[in-house]
Amino acid sequence: MSIMVKIEEKLYQNRYIVDESRPHIQIRNDAVCKSCESQACTVCCPAACYTKNETGSVTLATDGCLECGTCRVVCQDKENIQWDYPRGGYGISYKFG
Amino acid sequence: MVEKFDAIVIGAGPSGNAAAYTLAKQGLSVLQLERGEYPGAKNVQGGIMYAAELEKIIPDFREDCPTERHIIEQRIWLLGDDNYIGTNYRSDAFNSETPNRYTIIRANIDKWFSEKIREAGGLQICETTVTELIRDPSGKVIGVRTDREGGEIHADVVIMADGVNALLARRTGFQPELAPQNVALAVKEILFIDPELIQQRFGLKDDEGVVIEIMGKVTKGMVGTAFLYTNKESLTIGIGCLISDFKQGAIPPYKMLEDLKNHPVIKPLIEGAEMKEYAAHMIPEGGYKAVPQLYGDGWMVVGDAAHFNNAAHREGSNLAMASGRMAAETVIELKQAGKSFNAANLAAYKKKLDDSFIMKDLKKYRNLPGIMHENKQFFGAYPDTLTAAAHNWFTVDSVDKKTKEKEIMKSFVKKRSVLGLVGDAIKLVRAVR
Repeated sequence: MSIMVKIEEKLYQNRYIVDESRPHIQIRNDAVCKSCESQACTVCCPAACYTKNETGSVTLATDGCLECGTCRVVCQDKENIQWDYPRGGYGISYKFG
Repeated sequence: MVEKFDAIVIGAGPSGNAAAYTLAKQGLSVLQLERGEYPGAKNVQGGIMYAAELEKIIPDFREDCPTERHIIEQRIWLLGDDNYIGTNYRSDAFNSETPNRYTIIRANIDKWFSEKIREAGGLQICETTVTELIRDPSGKVIGVRTDREGGEIHADVVIMADGVNALLARRTGFQPELAPQNVALAVKEILFIDPELIQQRFGLKDDEGVVIEIMGKVTKGMVGTAFLYTNKESLTIGIGCLISDFKQGAIPPYKMLEDLKNHPVIKPLIEGAEMKEYAAHMIPEGGYKAVPQLYGDGWMVVGDAAHFNNAAHREGSNLAMASGRMAAETVIELKQAGKSFNAANLAAYKKKLDDSFIMKDLKKYRNLPGIMHENKQFFGAYPDTLTAAAHNWFTVDSVDKKTKEKEIMKSFVKKRSVLGLVGDAIKLVRAVR
Protein backbone atom coordinates (compact mmCIF):
# COMPACT_ATOMS: atom_id res chain seq x y z
CA MET A 1 0.00 0.00 0.00
CA SER A 2 1.57 3.24 -1.05
CA ILE A 3 -0.35 6.45 -0.71
CA MET A 4 1.03 9.89 -1.42
CA VAL A 5 0.67 12.22 1.53
CA LYS A 6 0.78 15.96 1.26
CA ILE A 7 1.61 17.15 4.75
CA GLU A 8 0.90 20.75 3.69
CA GLU A 9 -2.72 19.82 3.13
CA LYS A 10 -2.99 18.47 6.65
CA LEU A 11 -1.27 21.46 8.25
CA TYR A 12 -3.41 23.83 6.20
CA GLN A 13 -6.39 22.85 8.37
CA ASN A 14 -4.63 24.00 11.54
CA ARG A 15 -4.66 27.39 13.18
CA TYR A 16 -1.26 28.94 13.84
CA ILE A 17 -0.27 32.26 15.31
CA VAL A 18 3.16 32.69 13.81
CA ASP A 19 5.79 34.60 15.77
CA GLU A 20 7.47 36.22 12.76
CA SER A 21 11.25 35.77 12.66
CA ARG A 22 11.33 34.28 16.17
CA PRO A 23 11.53 30.52 15.63
CA HIS A 24 11.20 28.61 18.92
CA ILE A 25 13.39 25.77 17.68
CA GLN A 26 16.86 26.13 16.26
CA ILE A 27 19.49 23.84 14.87
CA ARG A 28 22.64 24.53 16.86
CA ASN A 29 25.33 23.46 14.43
CA ASP A 30 24.83 22.78 10.75
CA ALA A 31 27.95 20.60 10.57
CA VAL A 32 26.50 18.16 13.13
CA CYS A 33 23.46 17.63 10.89
CA LYS A 34 25.73 17.10 7.91
CA SER A 35 27.62 14.36 9.67
CA CYS A 36 24.46 12.84 11.18
CA GLU A 37 23.89 9.48 9.52
CA SER A 38 20.23 9.01 10.31
CA GLN A 39 18.89 12.58 10.15
CA ALA A 40 15.94 11.00 11.94
CA CYS A 41 14.29 14.40 12.46
CA THR A 42 13.51 14.50 8.72
CA VAL A 43 11.39 11.36 9.07
CA CYS A 44 10.05 11.60 12.64
CA CYS A 45 8.71 15.15 12.68
CA PRO A 46 4.93 14.85 12.27
CA ALA A 47 4.79 18.25 10.56
CA ALA A 48 7.80 17.64 8.29
CA CYS A 49 9.50 20.77 9.62
CA TYR A 50 12.89 19.22 8.91
CA THR A 51 14.02 18.53 5.35
CA LYS A 52 17.30 17.31 3.96
CA ASN A 53 18.80 20.07 1.83
CA GLU A 54 21.10 20.06 -1.21
CA THR A 55 24.21 20.63 0.90
CA GLY A 56 23.55 17.35 2.73
CA SER A 57 22.50 19.16 5.88
CA VAL A 58 19.03 19.76 7.35
CA THR A 59 16.78 22.78 6.87
CA LEU A 60 14.31 23.66 9.62
CA ALA A 61 11.11 25.63 9.06
CA THR A 62 9.08 25.89 12.28
CA ASP A 63 5.90 27.49 10.90
CA GLY A 64 3.99 24.20 10.81
CA CYS A 65 5.35 22.95 14.15
CA LEU A 66 2.86 21.07 16.33
CA GLU A 67 5.06 21.52 19.44
CA CYS A 68 5.09 17.81 20.23
CA GLY A 69 8.78 17.65 21.18
CA THR A 70 9.64 14.59 19.10
CA CYS A 71 12.65 16.24 17.44
CA ARG A 72 13.96 17.15 20.87
CA VAL A 73 13.84 13.48 21.86
CA VAL A 74 15.28 12.03 18.64
CA CYS A 75 18.18 14.48 18.61
CA GLN A 76 19.00 13.99 22.28
CA ASP A 77 22.18 12.02 21.62
CA LYS A 78 23.52 14.75 19.32
CA GLU A 79 22.09 17.62 21.39
CA ASN A 80 21.87 19.67 18.22
CA ILE A 81 18.35 21.05 18.64
CA GLN A 82 17.65 24.10 20.79
CA TRP A 83 14.00 23.59 21.73
CA ASP A 84 11.81 26.10 23.52
CA TYR A 85 8.12 26.71 23.71
CA PRO A 86 6.99 29.63 21.56
CA ARG A 87 6.29 32.88 23.39
CA GLY A 88 2.98 32.87 25.21
CA GLY A 89 0.04 32.93 22.79
CA TYR A 90 2.07 32.00 19.72
CA GLY A 91 2.42 28.79 17.77
CA ILE A 92 -0.12 26.06 17.18
CA SER A 93 -3.58 26.85 18.50
CA TYR A 94 -5.66 23.69 18.49
CA LYS A 95 -9.37 24.27 17.87
CA PHE A 96 -10.25 20.71 18.88
CA GLY A 97 -7.06 19.03 20.11
CA MET B 1 6.58 44.33 45.01
CA VAL B 2 6.39 40.85 43.54
CA GLU B 3 2.94 39.31 43.65
CA LYS B 4 2.59 36.22 45.80
CA PHE B 5 0.06 33.37 45.75
CA ASP B 6 -0.52 30.31 47.89
CA ALA B 7 0.12 28.19 44.81
CA ILE B 8 1.07 28.56 41.16
CA VAL B 9 -0.11 25.89 38.74
CA ILE B 10 1.73 25.72 35.42
CA GLY B 11 -0.44 24.46 32.58
CA ALA B 12 -4.17 24.17 31.90
CA GLY B 13 -4.53 20.51 30.96
CA PRO B 14 -6.42 17.89 32.98
CA SER B 15 -3.86 17.69 35.81
CA GLY B 16 -3.35 21.44 36.13
CA ASN B 17 -7.08 22.09 36.00
CA ALA B 18 -7.77 19.47 38.67
CA ALA B 19 -5.13 21.03 40.90
CA ALA B 20 -6.18 24.64 40.33
CA TYR B 21 -9.87 23.89 40.83
CA THR B 22 -9.33 21.89 44.03
CA LEU B 23 -7.14 24.67 45.49
CA ALA B 24 -9.49 27.49 44.48
CA LYS B 25 -12.53 25.64 45.79
CA GLN B 26 -10.87 25.49 49.24
CA GLY B 27 -10.31 29.22 49.14
CA LEU B 28 -6.56 29.21 48.52
CA SER B 29 -5.15 31.92 46.28
CA VAL B 30 -4.10 30.16 43.11
CA LEU B 31 -2.60 31.41 39.87
CA GLN B 32 -2.76 29.16 36.85
CA LEU B 33 -0.51 29.99 33.92
CA GLU B 34 -1.15 28.68 30.42
CA ARG B 35 1.03 29.34 27.39
CA GLY B 36 -1.75 28.78 24.84
CA GLU B 37 -4.00 31.41 23.28
CA TYR B 38 -6.82 29.89 25.36
CA PRO B 39 -7.12 26.87 27.67
CA GLY B 40 -6.75 23.78 25.50
CA ALA B 41 -4.92 25.49 22.64
CA LYS B 42 -1.85 23.33 23.24
CA ASN B 43 -3.57 20.17 24.41
CA VAL B 44 -4.18 16.97 22.49
CA GLN B 45 -6.05 13.87 23.60
CA GLY B 46 -7.52 10.88 21.73
CA GLY B 47 -9.83 11.25 23.51
CA ILE B 48 -11.68 9.18 26.01
CA MET B 49 -12.53 10.72 29.35
CA TYR B 50 -13.25 8.50 32.33
CA ALA B 51 -15.93 9.90 34.58
CA ALA B 52 -14.80 8.65 37.98
CA GLU B 53 -11.90 11.03 38.56
CA LEU B 54 -13.68 14.11 37.24
CA GLU B 55 -16.67 13.19 39.38
CA LYS B 56 -14.48 13.27 42.49
CA ILE B 57 -13.50 16.84 41.66
CA ILE B 58 -16.77 18.17 40.18
CA PRO B 59 -19.54 15.75 41.28
CA ASP B 60 -22.25 17.29 39.08
CA PHE B 61 -20.02 17.68 36.00
CA ARG B 62 -22.59 15.94 33.78
CA GLU B 63 -24.91 18.95 34.07
CA ASP B 64 -22.93 21.13 31.70
CA CYS B 65 -19.70 19.35 30.74
CA PRO B 66 -19.44 19.30 26.92
CA THR B 67 -18.76 15.58 26.46
CA GLU B 68 -19.35 13.95 23.07
CA ARG B 69 -20.79 10.42 23.22
CA HIS B 70 -21.00 8.03 26.15
CA ILE B 71 -19.30 4.79 25.22
CA ILE B 72 -21.53 1.72 25.00
CA GLU B 73 -19.17 -0.40 22.97
CA GLN B 74 -15.45 -1.09 23.10
CA ARG B 75 -13.83 -2.83 20.14
CA ILE B 76 -10.29 -4.16 20.11
CA TRP B 77 -9.05 -4.96 16.64
CA LEU B 78 -5.96 -6.67 15.36
CA LEU B 79 -5.41 -5.52 11.80
CA GLY B 80 -3.76 -7.57 9.09
CA ASP B 81 -3.02 -6.27 5.61
CA ASP B 82 -6.63 -6.36 4.43
CA ASN B 83 -8.47 -7.91 7.37
CA TYR B 84 -8.93 -7.83 11.12
CA ILE B 85 -9.65 -10.06 14.07
CA GLY B 86 -11.51 -8.35 16.83
CA THR B 87 -13.29 -8.53 20.07
CA ASN B 88 -16.22 -6.26 20.93
CA TYR B 89 -17.92 -5.60 24.18
CA ARG B 90 -21.24 -3.78 23.99
CA SER B 91 -23.74 -3.36 26.76
CA ASP B 92 -26.99 -1.50 27.18
CA ALA B 93 -26.01 -1.12 30.83
CA PHE B 94 -23.57 1.58 29.66
CA ASN B 95 -26.66 3.64 28.78
CA SER B 96 -26.99 4.61 32.43
CA GLU B 97 -27.81 7.99 33.95
CA THR B 98 -24.17 8.24 34.97
CA PRO B 99 -22.05 6.78 32.17
CA ASN B 100 -18.51 5.76 33.00
CA ARG B 101 -16.70 6.74 29.81
CA TYR B 102 -17.20 9.47 27.24
CA THR B 103 -15.53 10.45 24.03
CA ILE B 104 -14.49 14.09 24.22
CA ILE B 105 -13.03 16.92 22.19
CA ARG B 106 -10.14 18.09 24.31
CA ALA B 107 -10.41 21.86 23.72
CA ASN B 108 -14.11 21.92 24.66
CA ILE B 109 -13.45 20.20 27.99
CA ASP B 110 -10.51 22.45 28.82
CA LYS B 111 -12.54 25.62 28.20
CA TRP B 112 -15.35 24.28 30.37
CA PHE B 113 -12.98 23.28 33.18
CA SER B 114 -11.29 26.67 33.10
CA GLU B 115 -14.63 28.38 33.51
CA LYS B 116 -15.21 26.28 36.63
CA ILE B 117 -11.82 27.31 38.01
CA ARG B 118 -12.58 30.98 37.47
CA GLU B 119 -16.00 30.55 39.11
CA ALA B 120 -14.27 28.94 42.10
CA GLY B 121 -12.03 32.01 42.41
CA GLY B 122 -8.88 30.81 40.69
CA LEU B 123 -6.93 33.28 38.59
CA GLN B 124 -6.03 31.99 35.17
CA ILE B 125 -3.73 33.80 32.77
CA CYS B 126 -3.26 32.52 29.24
CA GLU B 127 -0.68 33.46 26.58
CA THR B 128 2.02 33.26 29.22
CA THR B 129 4.95 30.87 28.97
CA VAL B 130 6.82 30.10 32.17
CA THR B 131 10.50 30.34 31.32
CA GLU B 132 12.04 29.22 34.60
CA LEU B 133 11.51 28.36 38.22
CA ILE B 134 12.77 30.89 40.75
CA ARG B 135 14.73 29.31 43.60
CA ASP B 136 16.10 30.78 46.80
CA PRO B 137 19.76 30.24 47.80
CA SER B 138 18.85 26.93 49.48
CA GLY B 139 17.38 25.67 46.19
CA LYS B 140 13.76 25.87 47.33
CA VAL B 141 11.35 26.82 44.54
CA ILE B 142 9.71 30.11 45.48
CA GLY B 143 8.06 31.17 42.24
CA VAL B 144 8.26 31.39 38.47
CA ARG B 145 9.55 33.70 35.80
CA THR B 146 7.42 34.18 32.70
CA ASP B 147 7.93 35.68 29.27
CA ARG B 148 5.79 38.67 30.19
CA GLU B 149 7.23 42.03 31.11
CA GLY B 150 8.18 41.98 34.80
CA GLY B 151 6.93 38.43 34.82
CA GLU B 152 8.23 37.31 38.21
CA ILE B 153 5.60 35.79 40.49
CA HIS B 154 6.05 34.10 43.87
CA ALA B 155 4.13 31.32 45.61
CA ASP B 156 4.45 28.99 48.57
CA VAL B 157 4.38 26.05 46.21
CA VAL B 158 4.61 25.52 42.45
CA ILE B 159 2.72 22.65 40.81
CA MET B 160 4.15 21.74 37.44
CA ALA B 161 1.41 20.49 35.13
CA ASP B 162 3.21 21.47 31.96
CA GLY B 163 2.80 18.24 30.06
CA VAL B 164 4.92 15.45 28.67
CA ASN B 165 7.89 17.60 27.65
CA ALA B 166 8.20 18.86 31.24
CA LEU B 167 10.81 21.38 30.16
CA LEU B 168 10.87 23.20 33.50
CA ALA B 169 11.58 20.13 35.61
CA ARG B 170 14.19 18.88 33.16
CA ARG B 171 15.97 22.20 32.85
CA THR B 172 16.03 22.66 36.59
CA GLY B 173 17.57 19.20 36.92
CA PHE B 174 14.57 17.65 38.67
CA GLN B 175 14.09 15.08 35.88
CA PRO B 176 16.35 13.31 33.40
CA GLU B 177 15.65 13.62 29.67
CA LEU B 178 12.89 11.52 28.10
CA ALA B 179 14.40 8.35 26.63
CA PRO B 180 13.14 7.62 23.07
CA GLN B 181 11.91 4.15 24.14
CA ASN B 182 9.89 5.69 26.98
CA VAL B 183 7.78 8.01 24.90
CA ALA B 184 5.45 7.54 21.94
CA LEU B 185 4.51 10.01 19.25
CA ALA B 186 0.86 9.93 18.25
CA VAL B 187 -0.72 11.76 15.34
CA LYS B 188 -4.42 12.17 14.85
CA GLU B 189 -7.06 13.85 12.77
CA ILE B 190 -10.57 14.97 13.50
CA LEU B 191 -12.94 14.12 10.67
CA PHE B 192 -16.35 15.80 10.54
CA ILE B 193 -19.23 13.77 9.23
CA ASP B 194 -23.01 13.66 9.26
CA PRO B 195 -24.06 12.22 12.67
CA GLU B 196 -26.59 9.99 10.92
CA LEU B 197 -23.75 8.30 9.08
CA ILE B 198 -21.98 7.71 12.40
CA GLN B 199 -25.13 6.12 13.79
CA GLN B 200 -25.60 3.92 10.73
CA ARG B 201 -22.01 2.79 10.41
CA PHE B 202 -21.54 2.01 14.08
CA GLY B 203 -25.08 0.93 14.96
CA LEU B 204 -25.75 3.74 17.41
CA LYS B 205 -28.61 5.91 18.53
CA ASP B 206 -28.62 9.35 20.12
CA ASP B 207 -25.40 10.02 22.05
CA GLU B 208 -24.23 6.40 22.16
CA GLY B 209 -20.63 5.94 21.14
CA VAL B 210 -18.17 3.29 20.01
CA VAL B 211 -14.42 3.31 20.46
CA ILE B 212 -12.01 1.07 18.60
CA GLU B 213 -8.46 0.36 19.80
CA ILE B 214 -6.30 -1.04 17.04
CA MET B 215 -3.08 -3.03 16.89
CA GLY B 216 -1.40 -4.80 14.04
CA LYS B 217 0.18 -4.30 10.66
CA VAL B 218 -0.72 -0.62 10.52
CA THR B 219 2.17 0.15 12.88
CA LYS B 220 4.55 -1.61 10.45
CA GLY B 221 5.99 -3.83 13.16
CA MET B 222 6.71 -0.90 15.46
CA VAL B 223 5.52 -0.84 19.06
CA GLY B 224 2.32 1.14 18.82
CA THR B 225 -1.44 1.28 18.60
CA ALA B 226 -4.09 3.12 16.66
CA PHE B 227 -7.62 4.21 17.44
CA LEU B 228 -10.90 5.32 15.94
CA TYR B 229 -13.42 7.08 18.19
CA THR B 230 -16.93 8.34 17.54
CA ASN B 231 -17.79 11.90 18.59
CA LYS B 232 -21.15 13.62 18.15
CA GLU B 233 -20.50 15.00 14.69
CA SER B 234 -17.01 13.77 14.03
CA LEU B 235 -14.64 10.85 14.19
CA THR B 236 -11.14 10.97 15.56
CA ILE B 237 -8.57 8.66 14.10
CA GLY B 238 -4.99 8.37 15.20
CA ILE B 239 -1.92 6.22 15.47
CA GLY B 240 1.14 6.29 17.68
CA CYS B 241 4.41 4.40 18.07
CA LEU B 242 7.44 4.59 20.31
CA ILE B 243 9.83 7.32 19.23
CA SER B 244 12.73 4.85 19.42
CA ASP B 245 10.95 2.94 16.62
CA PHE B 246 10.08 6.02 14.54
CA LYS B 247 13.74 6.97 14.92
CA GLN B 248 14.71 3.96 12.81
CA GLY B 249 13.40 6.05 9.96
CA ALA B 250 11.15 3.60 8.15
CA ILE B 251 8.11 5.82 7.76
CA PRO B 252 6.96 9.31 8.73
CA PRO B 253 4.06 9.38 11.22
CA TYR B 254 1.66 11.19 8.87
CA LYS B 255 2.24 8.54 6.21
CA MET B 256 1.42 5.84 8.75
CA LEU B 257 -1.80 7.69 9.60
CA GLU B 258 -2.71 7.99 5.93
CA ASP B 259 -2.15 4.27 5.42
CA LEU B 260 -4.43 3.57 8.40
CA LYS B 261 -7.13 5.78 6.89
CA ASN B 262 -6.86 3.84 3.64
CA HIS B 263 -6.87 0.39 5.24
CA PRO B 264 -9.69 -1.64 3.63
CA VAL B 265 -11.31 -2.23 7.03
CA ILE B 266 -11.09 1.40 8.18
CA LYS B 267 -11.78 3.29 4.97
CA PRO B 268 -15.53 2.54 4.72
CA LEU B 269 -16.02 3.80 8.30
CA ILE B 270 -14.56 7.25 7.59
CA GLU B 271 -15.63 7.62 3.96
CA GLY B 272 -16.97 11.07 3.13
CA ALA B 273 -15.73 12.71 6.32
CA GLU B 274 -13.97 16.06 6.19
CA MET B 275 -10.66 16.55 7.97
CA LYS B 276 -10.64 19.70 10.10
CA GLU B 277 -7.51 19.40 12.19
CA TYR B 278 -4.29 17.44 12.30
CA ALA B 279 -2.56 17.10 15.65
CA ALA B 280 0.52 15.48 17.13
CA HIS B 281 1.46 14.81 20.72
CA MET B 282 3.89 12.73 22.73
CA ILE B 283 2.63 10.16 25.22
CA PRO B 284 4.68 8.99 28.21
CA GLU B 285 4.97 5.21 27.85
CA GLY B 286 7.83 4.30 30.19
CA GLY B 287 5.50 3.37 33.03
CA TYR B 288 6.49 2.84 36.66
CA LYS B 289 10.22 2.70 36.06
CA ALA B 290 10.19 6.03 34.22
CA VAL B 291 8.32 7.97 36.92
CA PRO B 292 10.69 10.76 38.02
CA GLN B 293 11.14 12.49 41.37
CA LEU B 294 7.66 13.86 42.07
CA TYR B 295 8.25 16.56 44.68
CA GLY B 296 10.92 18.67 46.30
CA ASP B 297 11.31 21.86 48.29
CA GLY B 298 8.47 24.06 47.10
CA TRP B 299 7.42 22.00 44.08
CA MET B 300 5.41 19.04 42.84
CA VAL B 301 4.90 17.58 39.40
CA VAL B 302 1.61 16.10 38.15
CA GLY B 303 0.02 14.48 35.07
CA ASP B 304 1.99 13.76 31.91
CA ALA B 305 4.88 15.82 33.30
CA ALA B 306 5.13 13.15 36.03
CA HIS B 307 4.94 10.38 33.44
CA PHE B 308 1.56 9.23 34.75
CA ASN B 309 0.15 7.18 31.91
CA ASN B 310 -1.13 3.62 31.96
CA ALA B 311 -0.25 2.52 28.44
CA ALA B 312 -1.80 -0.94 28.81
CA HIS B 313 -5.23 0.49 29.54
CA ARG B 314 -4.99 3.67 27.49
CA GLU B 315 -5.53 5.74 30.61
CA GLY B 316 -3.88 9.10 30.96
CA SER B 317 -6.23 11.97 31.65
CA ASN B 318 -7.76 10.23 34.68
CA LEU B 319 -4.30 9.72 36.19
CA ALA B 320 -3.64 13.36 35.38
CA MET B 321 -6.78 14.60 37.12
CA ALA B 322 -6.24 12.31 40.12
CA SER B 323 -2.62 13.40 40.57
CA GLY B 324 -3.59 17.07 40.22
CA ARG B 325 -6.24 16.65 42.88
CA MET B 326 -3.84 14.80 45.21
CA ALA B 327 -1.17 17.48 44.83
CA ALA B 328 -3.76 20.14 45.64
CA GLU B 329 -5.07 18.20 48.65
CA THR B 330 -1.52 17.90 49.95
CA VAL B 331 -1.13 21.67 49.70
CA ILE B 332 -4.46 22.25 51.44
CA GLU B 333 -3.59 19.89 54.30
CA LEU B 334 -0.18 21.44 54.86
CA LYS B 335 -1.66 24.93 54.71
CA GLN B 336 -4.34 24.05 57.27
CA ALA B 337 -1.73 22.51 59.56
CA GLY B 338 0.45 25.60 59.18
CA LYS B 339 3.33 23.50 57.91
CA SER B 340 5.91 24.58 55.37
CA PHE B 341 6.11 23.26 51.82
CA ASN B 342 9.48 21.58 52.11
CA ALA B 343 10.31 18.22 50.54
CA ALA B 344 9.75 16.30 53.77
CA ASN B 345 6.20 17.59 54.11
CA LEU B 346 5.39 17.33 50.41
CA ALA B 347 6.30 13.64 50.58
CA ALA B 348 2.66 13.27 51.66
CA TYR B 349 1.80 13.72 47.95
CA LYS B 350 3.87 10.67 47.04
CA LYS B 351 2.17 8.70 49.81
CA LYS B 352 -1.24 9.57 48.35
CA LEU B 353 -0.10 8.46 44.91
CA ASP B 354 1.35 5.19 46.25
CA ASP B 355 -1.91 4.40 48.02
CA SER B 356 -3.98 5.10 44.90
CA PHE B 357 -4.69 3.30 41.62
CA ILE B 358 -2.09 5.52 39.95
CA MET B 359 1.04 3.92 41.38
CA LYS B 360 -0.62 0.54 42.00
CA ASP B 361 -1.55 0.19 38.32
CA LEU B 362 1.76 1.52 37.06
CA LYS B 363 3.56 -0.93 39.33
CA LYS B 364 1.46 -3.86 38.12
CA TYR B 365 2.56 -3.17 34.55
CA ARG B 366 6.14 -2.15 35.40
CA ASN B 367 7.65 -4.81 33.09
CA LEU B 368 5.31 -4.17 30.16
CA PRO B 369 7.12 -1.27 28.44
CA GLY B 370 10.48 -3.07 28.44
CA ILE B 371 9.03 -6.36 27.22
CA MET B 372 7.07 -4.70 24.40
CA HIS B 373 10.08 -2.66 23.38
CA GLU B 374 12.30 -5.74 23.12
CA ASN B 375 9.74 -8.08 21.55
CA LYS B 376 8.54 -6.61 18.30
CA GLN B 377 6.85 -9.91 17.32
CA PHE B 378 3.79 -8.81 19.29
CA PHE B 379 3.35 -5.99 16.76
CA GLY B 380 4.51 -7.69 13.58
CA ALA B 381 4.65 -11.49 13.41
CA TYR B 382 1.61 -12.21 15.58
CA PRO B 383 -0.95 -9.94 13.87
CA ASP B 384 0.14 -11.45 10.57
CA THR B 385 -0.02 -15.07 11.72
CA LEU B 386 -3.26 -14.66 13.64
CA THR B 387 -5.17 -13.01 10.82
CA ALA B 388 -3.82 -15.59 8.34
CA ALA B 389 -4.96 -18.36 10.68
CA ALA B 390 -8.43 -16.85 10.92
CA HIS B 391 -8.58 -16.53 7.16
CA ASN B 392 -7.65 -20.17 6.76
CA TRP B 393 -10.14 -21.30 9.41
CA PHE B 394 -13.08 -19.37 8.00
CA THR B 395 -12.43 -20.19 4.36
CA VAL B 396 -14.63 -23.18 3.59
CA ASP B 397 -12.95 -25.32 0.99
CA SER B 398 -12.30 -29.03 0.55
CA VAL B 399 -9.48 -29.14 3.10
CA ASP B 400 -10.48 -31.09 6.20
CA LYS B 401 -10.46 -29.32 9.55
CA LYS B 402 -7.71 -31.44 11.08
CA THR B 403 -5.37 -30.47 8.24
CA LYS B 404 -6.35 -26.84 8.71
CA GLU B 405 -5.49 -27.08 12.41
CA LYS B 406 -2.11 -28.53 11.54
CA GLU B 407 -1.46 -25.79 8.99
CA ILE B 408 -2.31 -23.12 11.50
CA MET B 409 -0.12 -24.65 14.22
CA LYS B 410 2.69 -24.96 11.71
CA SER B 411 2.39 -21.31 10.71
CA PHE B 412 2.83 -20.25 14.34
CA VAL B 413 5.78 -22.55 14.95
CA LYS B 414 7.37 -21.40 11.70
CA LYS B 415 7.14 -17.77 12.76
CA ARG B 416 8.23 -18.14 16.36
CA SER B 417 9.39 -21.77 17.00
CA VAL B 418 7.88 -23.80 19.84
CA LEU B 419 10.25 -22.33 22.41
CA GLY B 420 9.57 -18.89 21.03
CA LEU B 421 5.83 -19.34 21.50
CA VAL B 422 6.26 -20.56 25.06
CA GLY B 423 8.68 -17.75 25.75
CA ASP B 424 6.26 -15.18 24.38
CA ALA B 425 3.45 -16.53 26.55
CA ILE B 426 5.67 -16.21 29.63
CA LYS B 427 6.68 -12.70 28.62
CA LEU B 428 3.07 -11.65 28.24
CA VAL B 429 2.20 -13.00 31.67
CA ARG B 430 5.24 -11.26 33.18
CA ALA B 431 4.27 -8.05 31.45
CA VAL B 432 0.80 -7.83 32.93
CA ARG B 433 1.12 -9.69 36.22
